[in-house]
This record gives sequence, structure tokens and C-alpha cells, in this order.
Amino acid sequence: MFSGHSLQQILFGRLTLEAIPYHDPILVVTFIGVAIGGLVVLGAITWLGAWGYLWREWFTSIDHKKIGIMYMILGIVMLLRGFADALLMRAQQSVAFGANEGFLPPHHYDQIFTAHGVIMIFFVAMPLVTGFMNYVVPLQIGARDVSFPFLNNFSFWMTASGAILVMMSLFVGEFARTGWLAYPPLSGPAYSPGVGVDYYLWALQIAGVGTTLSGINLVATIVKMRAPGMTMMKIPVFTWTALCTNVLIVATFPVLAATLALLTLDRYVGTNFFSNDLGGNAMMYVNLIWIWGHPEVYILILPAFGIFSEVVSTFSGKRLFGYTSMVYATVCITILSYLVWLHHFFTMGSGASVNSFFGITTMIISIPTGAKIFNWLFTMYRGRIRFELPMMWTIAFMLTFVIGGMTGVLLAVPPADFILHNSLFLVAHFHNVIIGGVVFGMFAGIAYWFPKAFGFKLDPFWGKCSFWFWVIGFYFAFMPLYVLGLMGVTRRLNRFEDPSLQIWFLLAAFGAILIALGIACFLIQIVVSIRDRERLRDTTGDPWGGRTLEWSTSSPPPNYNFAFTPVIHDHDAWYDMKRRGYERPLTGFRPIHMPHNTWAGIVLAGLAMVCGFALIWYIWWLAALSFAAIIATTIAHTFNYDRDYHIPAEEVVRAEEERTRLLGRA
Amino acid sequence: MRFDDEPVGVPLRRLLPLALLLLALPLLGGCNLVLLAPSGDIAMQQRNLLIASTALMMIIIVPVMALTVYFAWRYRAANREAEAEYDPEWSHSLPLEVVIWTAPLLIIIALGAMTWLSTHLLDPFRPLDRIDAQTRIPEGTRPLEVQVVALDWKWLFLYPEQGIAVVNELAAPVDRPISFKLTSSTVMNSFYIPALAGQIYAMAGMETQLHAVINKPGSFKGFSANYSGAGFSQMHFNFHGLDRDGFEAWVAKAKGGQRLDRAAFAELEKPSEAVPVRYFGSVEGGLYQAILNLCAAEGRMCMHEMMMIDAKGGAGLDSHANRDRLRYDRVRDEAGHGAPTVPASGQPARSDAPPTGTNDQDSGRGGPAPPQVQDR
Repeated sequence: MFSGHSLQQILFGRLTLEAIPYHDPILVVTFIGVAIGGLVVLGAITWLGAWGYLWREWFTSIDHKKIGIMYMILGIVMLLRGFADALLMRAQQSVAFGANEGFLPPHHYDQIFTAHGVIMIFFVAMPLVTGFMNYVVPLQIGARDVSFPFLNNFSFWMTASGAILVMMSLFVGEFARTGWLAYPPLSGPAYSPGVGVDYYLWALQIAGVGTTLSGINLVATIVKMRAPGMTMMKIPVFTWTALCTNVLIVATFPVLAATLALLTLDRYVGTNFFSNDLGGNAMMYVNLIWIWGHPEVYILILPAFGIFSEVVSTFSGKRLFGYTSMVYATVCITILSYLVWLHHFFTMGSGASVNSFFGITTMIISIPTGAKIFNWLFTMYRGRIRFELPMMWTIAFMLTFVIGGMTGVLLAVPPADFILHNSLFLVAHFHNVIIGGVVFGMFAGIAYWFPKAFGFKLDPFWGKCSFWFWVIGFYFAFMPLYVLGLMGVTRRLNRFEDPSLQIWFLLAAFGAILIALGIACFLIQIVVSIRDRERLRDTTGDPWGGRTLEWSTSSPPPNYNFAFTPVIHDHDAWYDMKRRGYERPLTGFRPIHMPHNTWAGIVLAGLAMVCGFALIWYIWWLAALSFAAIIATTIAHTFNYDRDYHIPAEEVVRAEEERTRLLGRA
Repeated sequence: MRFDDEPVGVPLRRLLPLALLLLALPLLGGCNLVLLAPSGDIAMQQRNLLIASTALMMIIIVPVMALTVYFAWRYRAANREAEAEYDPEWSHSLPLEVVIWTAPLLIIIALGAMTWLSTHLLDPFRPLDRIDAQTRIPEGTRPLEVQVVALDWKWLFLYPEQGIAVVNELAAPVDRPISFKLTSSTVMNSFYIPALAGQIYAMAGMETQLHAVINKPGSFKGFSANYSGAGFSQMHFNFHGLDRDGFEAWVAKAKGGQRLDRAAFAELEKPSEAVPVRYFGSVEGGLYQAILNLCAAEGRMCMHEMMMIDAKGGAGLDSHANRDRLRYDRVRDEAGHGAPTVPASGQPARSDAPPTGTNDQDSGRGGPAPPQVQDR
């Protein structure tokens, strides 16, 4: 039965010692660094005896707040990896001129730019955005958890599994050398025979399951679990954007899953969906992947818009200007985001009418987006603006994002796109909107909600250092790329002929170093804030003079969030309650019904990761075994009837009295 | 709190990017912004559109940025002057709402109209009707036809009228319309000469078109603008805009080259990097059509033959015999365990060896890889 296969092939598939890149000094050094770092962390946990704590309180937790924090940590850790890739690229491009080939051969460089894109979108931006939605949405709508708490834990671990698979490709085998969307035929079996694309496919497929389920979960939560009185037009703006984002996720991630599945079939069983052979058509893949890919852009940016809306209104001490038009703008963007995907490939040869249609729909999106900018602007008008860190990020966003928006509309004009497509101008544009929009939004959100999550503010000094390095670094890193784009320089090159370009790449590399300092200051900020937590302590639960419900609870909120479900009369519910002289109820507490922690999520996701690894390396027995184990575990979990418990009334009383004491002291 | 209320920091921060941009301006003078100063009429029209769209958007971008700075400064908490204006409940104004929706709408209507017209006028598939802004194409002018094939990782240009083919060099007479027909032998590439015209993808088994004209003599950069694998970075060529005599001389030089027949093409098609210019003095008849139909190699069936059979109702079970003749992409290593991390070009991850052709496992089109040149 196994004739022609050696025992080694049966046991290890195509995994051999050769797959470990011990001959590559960069990777060996990285591996040693990661290994030492990992051992230190694991050793510290063991030494502190924290494994049981982590397992009980975090890994198996179904508390949306803890899962939200775990998403944020995943995103920040992966940011370090994705940014290391960016530094390598900037370094390579700033030295590889003329006879100098730089230090990265194409085989390595091409993996780096692919990994950079994949990691930044799927394993940095997505976890950060999902983390915020997980943490904030239930609190904003007055709920005790999400609709499906176990599913939430499972979603997180599936995302983490995908991230771990991508990280594994660094040290076992290689990653895809195809660009972040893996266009066939290049990503097909004929032109990318190695494991790189398989790592890509299975990592995204596994993480995609998590994202889709988390989308379903949050849509259900927002639709079904809002506190009484919170009609659709009283939902806080961040939750509105979260709703739209999750609708986008639910509608588009299945498209991604199907597209990747078709490519997987091409690679594993020899179908010809996207090959040049036998009627396959790569253009179909390009269309399908962007039918997911463009809404994905809005999946990332809408929650950031939501964060800016919350921040600008809180720190201007004013109601958000044009709440209704803000909501309609968000919904418009959600719908329109499905009608623009073709603008990513005007140059593929569609007719003029098709190109014009998609160009014009793209421009139309800038109308609601423009309305949003104006709404933030007029929220500041006649306000009393406090320039705390979240507000600083917001102002930087407003000034930076409009530039990115403008270059985006330029790229939407098909004849202009013919000269700018795939150029560094394009690279500058999407970094302009993703960094200037999503990343600035994430930092605004972290500074804004950190005191809610941990009970103390972030240190403002290091936060401001981080802010300045990021913002100035961004302009240094990407304005030169706009110029290079106008000089006709295309993306993904790993060497250049024309020495006059070098100065621009050096400027961009300098910008990347500034951003690296920005990231370092951010990490220092976290450490310093933890060290000085007593100085930064907030006992009120409402350090910024907040307007939405999450600020009505203690910081950090008790695991049941609200002892009594609040009743809503206004979209700025907490502001409204404060204005009416709201009195916290001090008696009458009852036991609270809560879901139980479960091991099933992390175990299932771990098995999925093993299965993915086995499929990547053609270790068929392990793939079959782990798949069977996934099914068995799922069935076993359905027999677990110990799913919920009641927090006794005494415990609620104790927690609420502690809050009363702290409020009294403050 | 150490750094609360820092009014000085606010305007400075917003001025900084602007100051940096101003500092960068002298640098701009020294470099060649080819997109803003192209030498072909199509690229020139695309540039004009770029500038017009930017100007149109500035109408709204500049006030927004200015207002952001102004409001942030004016309504800062520390500003006692604005204290009286503070109105925490002010959140709606119908006239303002109308303005903030209609102002962008009007801009987009204008831009949309521009887009519709220019996209049709500058459709790369549309034959030219002018040589430059002043000159219409004289009656009876035949465009220069160039067939472009993207190979791993070089460009092959076939001139059916002149009967020549050239690798990694392109030339055309000034002010004569050029009609490009493009395809690829393997993966997607994008054919782009910034000074001449916008780009268009080249894809296997498909043909795209590009119409353009070069108005100034000179030598311009051309390259692939869509990542296509290991040799992508060196997949570039020079495009020469020549006068009539210069072009004749260039064709005559190419005429001195070997013949490009199917055997030579099979050799040429193998993956190779940093390929030097190479001339072919004559071309086997129907070669481009065969490449386009994925049947340039011996014993292959052309796609259009299969399409004809299908159009007539298909060959039923007999078509099974055609399947192997239709297979085109190199069959991957079926065992699936041979070196899963080796680069497609066959070059080890780190080595001083020059890049060579891949080992073609199925086709039996053996033989040495084409000569390599490392200096550019």
C-alpha cells in the first residue's frame, strides 16, 4: 500500500531536516532570540506557579473582557513580528542599489513582504479590532457577556492557532513567496511547489474560522442583547460600527474561505480552478479574493471610526455632532464596500464601462466618509477639548487620513490608476489609511479604554513619546514612497538600478526607525504604567468624563459587568444618567446567572493547528488523527452539561460594596 | 499627571508634517518624477487627469485640514476666549448637515463625470485617434504592431511587420501609434513603461491590448509592475523612442540575430533572471498565436482548437484523449516530498551560484539554461 514511500515519508511527510533553515544566519539569530525569550517567559510562568492561574482565569475564560484583552495581546505581539519584517524590507531597499544585492536574496525577501502583509492584516489589525469589539461592545450595550461565550473563546484560539502556524513557518520550512493575496497561477502548484503557500492557506483558513464565528457572535450580541430602551438609534456609535463590521465579516469571510478552499483543491488534489490548464482562470481568484478583500478594508477601518467618534465627543465634552448622519454614513459605507472590489485591478483588462462603474462607486464611498470627518470636526466646534492621548491620536488621524483618502480617490480614477497601480504610491496610500486610520485608532482606543480594563491610566509621558515617534515616523516613512511612486518605482522589488532613488529609501528607512522607537515607547509606557499603577489609579470607573455605559461600571468591571441591567434613554446613556442625577442602587442584589469556563476552545484550536501543520507537510496520518480528534472533542463537549452557574448574591453585594467604598473615597 | 494641558505642543505637531514636506521640496527638484513629465501622449493625458483630480479634491481637503487645526486650537480647554461658546448639547444643524453631505457629493459628481469620460477615452483597448494634443492621426496610418510575451523573468517582443523578435529591449519610431498585444507564458505580469502609457496585465492564455504613442526620442525604463516570482526585480528593459532612420537601423541590427522557432522558444521560456538583450532575426510563423493558445511546445493542443471542438458540442468521451495534450502548467512533483523549500529558480536560498533555469521535470525539454549575465 505504501510502496515507493519510505518509512520516513510516511511518518514525516515532506518534513525533513533540510526544512529547518539552519544555514540562514538571520533566521538562526531570530530563532535563538525567540527561543531565549520564549524560555524566559515560560520559565517565569513556571517559577511564579502561574500556569494554573493562566489556565483557569485566562485560557479557558469565556469572559468577553478577558478574551478581548487576549486578542489585544496577540495583536501587539504579532505587531512586533510584522514590524520586524518591515524593518528588514526597509533595510534591504535602502542598500540594494547597483552592484550591491543587499543582504536578502529574493527567496528570503519575497517571503518577508508576503509575511508582512499577511501578519499585519490578519494577525495584527484583525485581533486588535476584534479585541476592542469584544471588550467594549457588551459593556456599551449593558450586557453581561456576548451571546455565545464559549464560541468567543473558541474564536480567539482559532485566530491564535493561525498566528502560531505563520510563526512556525519562520523556523520550519518557509512562508509563501507570492505577495499577501497569493495570486495564482504564481501561488498554484506549478509555480509555488513548496510549503510556503500551504502555510498561508491553512493559517488563514484556521484563523478565518475564528473570525467568522466571532462575527456571528457579535452580530447576535448587538442585535439581541441590548439593554432595555436601547433602540437601534440609541446604540453608541462604536457599537454601530462594530455591528456593521461584523455584518461585513459574516458576509465576506465565507468568500475568503471558499476562495482559499478552491486554491487548496488546486494544490492538493489537482483541480484546475485557477491554473492556466484545462479552462482554469486566475482572474476568477483575483475577483473572488477582492470581493473579500475590499470589505476587509472597511472591517478594519469602521471600528476605528467608531473609536474616534467616542474619543472626539468625550474629549470635546460634547455630544457627537450628527449622530444620525454618522450612523447612516456607516451603513452606507458598509453597503458600498461590496460594490468596489474591481478597483484593485482596473489594469486586468476590463472594459471601460466596467472600470468606470467601479471607479465611480469607489468615489461615492468618499461621500459618507467625508461626512464623518465633518461630523468629528463639528463635534470639536464649540467644545472644550482636552488634549489627552486619545484625542491627540484623533487629531493626528484626521489630518493624516484625509491625505490617504485623497490619494485613494486618485487611485479610483481608472486612467490615473493605470499609471499608479502597484507602484510605491499605492503602497504609500494604503499605509496612509491603515496606519493613519486603523493603527492610530487602535492606539487612541488603547489609551482610552486601558483605564477601564485595568483600573489605572496609561503613563502620559511615554504615551506622548510614542505618539510623536509614530506620527513623525509615519510621515518620514511614507511620504518618500509617494514620491518614489511618482518616479515610476513599482512595489516588491528587492534591488534597484537607479542610484538617484536611494535617498528616498534612506528617508523611508529613517521613518521606520522612528516608528520602531514609537513602538518601543509604547511598550515602555505599558511597563511604566504597571509599575506606577498606584499613581495612575482611577477609582471612579469614569476617568475621562465618559458618555457611554461602559464608564458606569467599576474599573475593571466585575465579571458580571452590571449588577442591574441599566435602562437606556439616550445614545449617550451614561452622560444622560449622570445628568439626571443617577443614584447607584445599593441594595436588592440577586444571584447572577453566568456561563462557566471551558477547556474545549483551546483544545479544539490546538488540534486544528496540529491538523493544519500535518496537512502542510503531507503527514497524512497525523492530519486524519487530529481531524478525528477535533470531531470527537466537539462531540464530547456537547455532553458537558456543566455550563453555567450563579454568582451568589453575597458575592455581588461584596463587589458592589467595595465599589461604593472606592467611589466614596474618590 | 506630568504633562497635562500642553497647549504649545498642539499646533507644533500639526505644523511638523507640513514643515517636513517643505523641507523635502528641494529634494524633489533633483529627481525624475517620470509620471509628472512623461514623453508619450497617453501618459501625458493620464498625468493631466491626475493633476485635475488632485486639484478638484483640494477644494475639500484643504478647508478640512485647516478647520481641524483651527478648531483644535480655538476650542482647546485652556482657551478662556472660547469658554463662552461652549455648548455641550449642540449636536445638530440641518444647514450644516446639508452642506457636509452635498459638498463632497458635488465634487464626486464632477470627478465621476471626468472619470466616465476619461476612462472611455483612455481605455487601453481603444485605438488612438491622435498623436498628441495638436496632431490627429493622418489618414491611412498603420500602427506599429508589437506582440508582448511575459516570460519567467524577461520580456519577449515580437514585431510581426518587421519579422523580428527581441528579448528585453523595445523600440518604436517617434509619433507612430503603437498597438501592443500582450500575453504571458506562465504567471501574471504587468507591462509598464511609465514614460509611454499606463500599464496593463499580461496573463497566460489571454490577450490584453495597449495603444500608445511616444512623442519624444529617448530611452525609457520599462518593467513588470506585478510581482511574478524570484526574478521579478530584474525583469526590466529599455524602451527606445527612435526617429525613422534610427528605428530602421535598430530593426536591421535585430535582423542579424538567430531565428526564433519553437525549439528556440522552448529554450528561452525556461525561467532565468537578469537576462541580457537578445535579438532574433526571424520568427517562426504563428509562434505568437501558439504561445497565446498555450501550445508553443511540441505535441500540445491549442486552446482555440479545444474551444472549437467544445463550440461544436464537444467530443464526448473521445475528448479524454485530448486531456494530456491540453496540460500546460508544469506538473508539480507528484511525490510531494522533494525539497519543499527550494526556490522555483532552482537557486539555493544562499549561494554564490548564478541563477539558473529550473529543472523541468515533466517536459523533457532538457538542455542547458540560457546564458546568464550578472552585470547590468
